[in-house]
Amino acid sequence: MSQVNRLDGGLIDRSETYSFRFDSTYHKGHKGDTLASALLANGVRLMGRSFKYHRPRGPMTAGSEEPNAIVELREGARKEPNTRATTAELYDGLRAASQNRWPSLAFDAMEINDLLSNFFAAGFYYKTFMWPAAFWEKVYEPIIRRAAGLGSLSSQDDPDDYDKGFLHCDLLIIGGGPAGLAAALTAGESGARVILCDEDFLIGGRLNFETYDVGGQSGAAWAAETVARLQTMPNVRVMPRTTVIGAFDHGIYGAVERVSDHLPVPQEGKPRQILWRITSTRAILCAGATERPIVFENNDRPGIMQASAIRAYANRWAVTPAQQVAIFTNNDDGHRTASDLVSKGVEVVSVIDTRQDALISTDYDVIAGGVIDQTWGRLGLKQIEVKMPKGGIRRIKCGALGVSGGWNPNVHLTCHQRGRPVWDEALSAFVPGGALPPGMTVAGAANGVFSTHGALNSGAETAKAALSDLGMTSKAPTLPDAEDTPVRITPFWHVKSAKRAWVDQQNDVTAKDIKLAHQENFRSVEHLKRYTTLGMATDQGKTSNVAGLAIMAEVAGKAIPEVGTTMFRPPYAPTAMGVFAGRAWGKDVRPTRLTPSHKWAEEQGAVFTESGLWLRAQWYPKAGETHWRESCDREVLQTRKSVGVCDVTSLGKIDVQGADAATFLNLVYCNGMAKIPVGKVRYGLMLREDGFVMDDGTAARLAEDHFVVTTTTANAVGVYRHMEFVRQCLCPDMDVQLISTTEAWAQFAVAGPNSRALLRKIVDPGVDLSNDAFPFMACAEVTICGGLRARLFRISFSGELAYEIAVPTRYGDALIRRLMTAGEEFDVVPYGLEALNVMRIEKGHVTANELNGTTTALNLGMGRMVSKTKDSIGSVLSERPGMNEEDALKLVGLKPVDLSNNVPAGAHLLTKGAKVTATNDQGYVTSACYSPNLGHHIALGFLKSGDSRIGEVIRLVSPLTGVDHEVEVVSAHFLDPEGERLRA
Amino acid sequence: MRYSGFRVLKEALTGHRGWGPAWRDPEPQSDYDYVIIGGGGHGLATAYYLAKEYKQSRVAVLEKGWIGGGNVGRNTTIVRSNYLLDGNEPFYEFSLKLWEGLEQDLNYNAMMSQRGIINLMHSDAQRDAYIRRGNSMILHGADAELLNQKQVLEKYPFLNVKNARFPVMGGLLQARAGTARHDAVAWGYARGADQRGVDIIQNCEVTGLRIENGKVLGVETSRGYIGAKKVGSCVAGSSSKVMAYAGMRLPIESHVLQAFVSEGLKPVLPGVITFGAGHFYCSQSDKGGLVFGGNIDGYNSYAQRGNLPVVEDVIEEAIAMFPMLGRARLLRSWGGIMDMSMDGSPIIDKTHIDGLYFNGGWCYGGFKATPASGFCYAHLLATDTPHETATAFRLDRFRTGNVIDEKGSGAQPNLH
Amino acid sequence: MIINHPILGPRDSSEFVYLGDATLLKRPDWQAEDAAEQFYDYLHTRDNPAGLHRELWYHEQGDRSWLVVTRDTVTHEITKVELARDVARTGGSA
Repeated sequence: MSQVNRLDGGLIDRSETYSFRFDSTYHKGHKGDTLASALLANGVRLMGRSFKYHRPRGPMTAGSEEPNAIVELREGARKEPNTRATTAELYDGLRAASQNRWPSLAFDAMEINDLLSNFFAAGFYYKTFMWPAAFWEKVYEPIIRRAAGLGSLSSQDDPDDYDKGFLHCDLLIIGGGPAGLAAALTAGESGARVILCDEDFLIGGRLNFETYDVGGQSGAAWAAETVARLQTMPNVRVMPRTTVIGAFDHGIYGAVERVSDHLPVPQEGKPRQILWRITSTRAILCAGATERPIVFENNDRPGIMQASAIRAYANRWAVTPAQQVAIFTNNDDGHRTASDLVSKGVEVVSVIDTRQDALISTDYDVIAGGVIDQTWGRLGLKQIEVKMPKGGIRRIKCGALGVSGGWNPNVHLTCHQRGRPVWDEALSAFVPGGALPPGMTVAGAANGVFSTHGALNSGAETAKAALSDLGMTSKAPTLPDAEDTPVRITPFWHVKSAKRAWVDQQNDVTAKDIKLAHQENFRSVEHLKRYTTLGMATDQGKTSNVAGLAIMAEVAGKAIPEVGTTMFRPPYAPTAMGVFAGRAWGKDVRPTRLTPSHKWAEEQGAVFTESGLWLRAQWYPKAGETHWRESCDREVLQTRKSVGVCDVTSLGKIDVQGADAATFLNLVYCNGMAKIPVGKVRYGLMLREDGFVMDDGTAARLAEDHFVVTTTTANAVGVYRHMEFVRQCLCPDMDVQLISTTEAWAQFAVAGPNSRALLRKIVDPGVDLSNDAFPFMACAEVTICGGLRARLFRISFSGELAYEIAVPTRYGDALIRRLMTAGEEFDVVPYGLEALNVMRIEKGHVTANELNGTTTALNLGMGRMVSKTKDSIGSVLSERPGMNEEDALKLVGLKPVDLSNNVPAGAHLLTKGAKVTATNDQGYVTSACYSPNLGHHIALGFLKSGDSRIGEVIRLVSPLTGVDHEVEVVSAHFLDPEGERLRA
Repeated sequence: MRYSGFRVLKEALTGHRGWGPAWRDPEPQSDYDYVIIGGGGHGLATAYYLAKEYKQSRVAVLEKGWIGGGNVGRNTTIVRSNYLLDGNEPFYEFSLKLWEGLEQDLNYNAMMSQRGIINLMHSDAQRDAYIRRGNSMILHGADAELLNQKQVLEKYPFLNVKNARFPVMGGLLQARAGTARHDAVAWGYARGADQRGVDIIQNCEVTGLRIENGKVLGVETSRGYIGAKKVGSCVAGSSSKVMAYAGMRLPIESHVLQAFVSEGLKPVLPGVITFGAGHFYCSQSDKGGLVFGGNIDGYNSYAQRGNLPVVEDVIEEAIAMFPMLGRARLLRSWGGIMDMSMDGSPIIDKTHIDGLYFNGGWCYGGFKATPASGFCYAHLLATDTPHETATAFRLDRFRTGNVIDEKGSGAQPNLH
Repeated sequence: MIINHPILGPRDSSEFVYLGDATLLKRPDWQAEDAAEQFYDYLHTRDNPAGLHRELWYHEQGDRSWLVVTRDTVTHEITKVELARDVARTGGSA
């Protein structure tokens, strides 16, 4: 039994036969098939199960609006849950599985929900599962969660690549049906830069689904010819398999091109999909229309479909869902399906038209004024029951039923900037209205122009108007003749006697649910949606929203537009999340910044750590060291004993130049900066305007009009931005220029008693490094290694005699190697962030842990630095009373009473003996380490009135990590409080 | 009408004919003791607690559109009390306790689900900060646990640790945190308030405040003037607009926050998880959709919609954490107007105008606060004193410097 | 969004960093009698209009200009873009 329902003709390529598997059964199809068309060809109507009642379902549509035929496509790491069989292109070897069923699609144990459906009415879960209280999480919810969802993820990393790209054009045309093709032709011939996107793999829209002549040839042939012509135009980019997913601000459209989804796996080097950000001056939406259902009893059986979908399967894919087909319609368009099927040799058993004045045909039987009031066939339609116009019923055997309730323009993208569609009484449909995204116009069926002739002309005219807006002239191309049938429809939304009649098929929202929502006062359209879940399924309400509104309107005795309008949000169709990430995931989710000594440090076997986006050496293990602390302690001790080198390039560096540079810095820093002598460095504290500390660093005056300031690694970008704000926005007339030079200079700290001796071997002769000539806080531009320009600062974070030396970044690698070679005689060590941190805590220097955005100069013990004799950012608001309370937090040192204890960061500080409650909370530990020099753990922290509590023993608790012991409050300067070492 | 399993059973067998309206649609009366402007979660909760806890019945809630249509109907449903600062933590813990008893209190199943929240940590400094916060939580009587990487992986085996840009060192867990069914929260409070005599008036936009001699007399609305002894604004993103009727400028900017939901998927995420090296939070609803969000777009906006760069940024972080999500599909995105305050913390306070009260500045964390916000606002409205858990949420704290800045990012709303 | 930079022409908004209301250009005098009140107001209170809003954007991934952008907060339409420096020179007003 192969392709029993395959017909003649169609746009498939019969020369290529593909084998594929659905669940455990193998089938054959052809190139050009979708999974749904191929399954239908093989006589398979049952393709899925609904969400709530697990009702058996087959495809309802032939496009991206499909609610029912959704499957798990592919296997292994490439498994894609919830894939619409109606848009999945067939390829050889395709594997798909049905979902949301157990144990099998034909026999699903959860179908019991359908029998119990009376208990599962809209919103039932809000009214129950509340007793006993503890049962919700333990019993009820786990059961509900087990039933949740449709398809399942692979639980493996997605192996495919995704890309992103930018495109620009004058005119973006969304949809390549008759309107879109006519618009593209018009704009293309005018020379405008045009992009034409269509979600289908075969461009042409309904031209490929219909049998009309267009200019003496088939619509499909005209479409193919036109596409070919457009592809020859250098100014036109034709993008099939590309869905425009969103209309964003200022003419930016998001579009997803499915580059490889029609292949078993992407070709080597090709992405699976590309997210295009298209910037377009004008856009024309030519997205066509979607046929809507009529709601009647058991209208969800496999085989019951949009009439237009049955026609599409027959004409494009040469497939019929069954050999006997009935039609249920309220408009003339339904009859087209009947005629097309008849001409394809499919038996049309009856056309049930709700209108008394239905079209009459000699080709098929018409029941004018009839309605369907029941259907049979558990796993696929077998029979329908028609309520005859003059009373009585008639039962008709058929395997498929085409339903045509009229057409809804695809207005979705017109709503993306919150424009709301308006009701068109003549069409009985919502058409684009309100505020469209600026630059967007709508043509063809999307604008309610349903005939082919109308769509072609509408496309051309709309393109002309858009181009003339841009000052470009164009003329409409010679358009082919095409059918121009008027819309004839008598609205008919649902069969009122129906009890179980589906509106939202995937989410199992029935007409009864809508009536119940009304009864319970969930009457606004948003309440209706949320209470019943109408339109919340993966088809995004494309086939259900308007029908739901119509039923609510009827129940409420209102007109449809009075009940509300539909609203659509991006994305237009469900979109693989991977494409939004592009290549920015895994290691590449954010850039990685490497220091100039990185390569060298790698050679040394350094362990690296993230510091913002930077990777910095954390410690340099030596052979035999098994624990990081061994390495860190050694680096600290050796630096303090002799000399150590650390790459500090990641600290922000900002060059400040100009006649007003000193005045400018005086405004930016809270302490005085104007009077720094040339050749000197000063510590600077920078406040935010709200008076809290923003950052700290040093300012080195290299010349009267030239400073180099440093920032912390974490704040380098923010401080530069802030300084530019002050410069451009607050003092626009100052003569001062800023440039970030963080990446321009490689900078190393050379610290320890032998640092001077080491530097003497590097720095060119003639530079006097003696303590008198180059004292603590001196700076100079020097040359090193025989003429290389460098900057030398005598500053110390470690508390030792220390320097920082900067060279142009490209010499950074050479300099670290030279320093290490030259330092051999001193047993120089490289030290990493851990050792750097230990030494600064021993010295009581603050870093990001203390400058956490909630601390003030007062908290840091630097209150007096905030000058009151000049204007500086933050000085006024730093005086607010709440920031200057008597018992304000003060930076202190902490050491354990029992020296074997540690003093972990994040622990809280309480008065000795106080109960562990928030009211007794007196402060917290910010930075902690083991001090190899002192032989025990030490820490910095903030303590209420801490500066006056030196010597007090307090309680340190970290209930989170199980720590509770006593610590002594000490000075934050554990080592060399007088600063003799750094002045040596 | 009481809701219960028995009742559902009975109605199921009798065609659901017995269910009445969840709340009435009354015509506004000429005056009330209390007028709450804004029928969102906070406004409805305020009315509910005014009626229930403070025995006030002459209460009206005025809603411009349909109730629950603001941020309570468009958030990522996360409920937690994992705050650091003294000004915040008692309030949010009070809120969490109210959440824990909400279904029974309201006789409405808002599906509060305590599946836990994990904040991932990626550096030593972050670990220190999380320990400090976890300790704060415990000191305030909340629950917190520190997890190592292995413990996180036991709950989230699909988390990317092998190829992670920022190492996952573990996480801070609050097991009592979780999610709730957001719409149901609004409906449950509305029903509870209505049953206690509160008038919920939809499609009634406040267009002005009548103020004489420094005292509020009532509100002008699209449905006429309504007198009130006390007027409480509770309108989140529209706060600046409403308070401008009283000539006030607020320490608030309105920003857009986007939120996202994927197609329904069989359960993969047991609880709420957040990325610590960026801004991303995610959970999976009882229907199977992955509900997630990240940063605000960052610019002032009343548009209730955002732009593509933030969508990309948020999903980059999603895929960085869970590379398997590449093949899940984004179903829908939407935007809400966030009342971003200058320190990232809310305001529940009197104003300088007698009888006029203000509740706002919830940034994008208002949902979890709904019960306590309603309770504390009701307390303030009824007693004219701040509730003991909300004493820090003062309007004048920016003048005094007593700011509550969890993130330490200063007076710039889009950084909170 | 696209910001039409006065020097560089139209640029994608993702190149920029947003600060807030352009009233931040009008920093009060630190020596004023009521400086504390003025600074409180300057830094914290906002009109926060639903409509036209003059606001500061920084071209961080570009030429590092601070711009004053006039944008409608309801429609996001941008009607004017100026260099903040030029605006600041005229006292921060339009």
